[in-house]
Amino acid sequence: MDFSAVVFYVFSILIIGSAVIMVFAKNIVHSAFALMFTLAGLALFYALLYAGFVAVTQLLVYVGGILVLILFGVMLTTRGYFEKVRTRTVNLLPSTIFVAIIGVLLIAVFVTTEWTKMPLEDGQVTMTGLGELLLTDFMLPFQVTGVLLLLAIIGAVLMASRARMPQQPPHAEQPDRPEDEPKNIP
Amino acid sequence: MVLPEWLAEPGLNHFLVVSAVLFSFGLLAVISRRNIIMVLMGIELILNSANLNFVAFSRYGLLSLEGHMIALFVIIIAAAEAAVALAIALNIYNRFGSVDVEQISELKE
Repeated sequence: MDFSAVVFYVFSILIIGSAVIMVFAKNIVHSAFALMFTLAGLALFYALLYAGFVAVTQLLVYVGGILVLILFGVMLTTRGYFEKVRTRTVNLLPSTIFVAIIGVLLIAVFVTTEWTKMPLEDGQVTMTGLGELLLTDFMLPFQVTGVLLLLAIIGAVLMASRARMPQQPPHAEQPDRPEDEPKNIP
Repeated sequence: MVLPEWLAEPGLNHFLVVSAVLFSFGLLAVISRRNIIMVLMGIELILNSANLNFVAFSRYGLLSLEGHMIALFVIIIAAAEAAVALAIALNIYNRFGSVDVEQISELKE
């Protein structure tokens, strides 16, 4: 058995196991940390597939950025320090059956299709080729992605700061609701 | 110990199967968990499984470096999506006092 095969099986067990923990954990913080293990294992898979730059980007952006963002989201959308972190799971049985059917179908399609395969070549440095592609064939997507990121930053800052500012009105309007409801009943 | 050939060497199908399993769990998180942040995490898992497919095809299939390129763009767009989605989640929490997606049933008050 090859060394890469051992690495593949160990880390596929780690990735799938932490994905299971992520879906079924009661505490959402545990889910976030399980997601971290899944993402880091996927970065190792990219390295195994000779995609070094994608692996590094995965570590930097996902594990270093998006996961921290998600943890901030968990922190800002829970009430107390330790209460209400638990979340509900609904329709577990039907959705599990549905998802299992979809997964089995996908795996069947993937395994039975005869993919066109290239002869395997040794890994090489991908960063040079990626940089050249970025400035030739992928020039337009590159620029559009820059604009998209700018728009996302502006939109996120605008929405998040607007969410902070009128903190009084939603709480001030809360007592109105119980007063409104008795009026409607008679 | 002699292993069958498909077990001894991880090929394209192995990575595709892992990505299909990840996609299924991401879908399960999206449709069965009720916290909006859990739904977001499920979406990240689905995007990652798609990324794994792209990179696997660029190693074993006909996509060469373009697969890496598409994976990079997917990562960037996932980062933008996470930022905007968390801002929306914050807004929803301030307005409704909860991030349960079943209680968010009205567009205007």
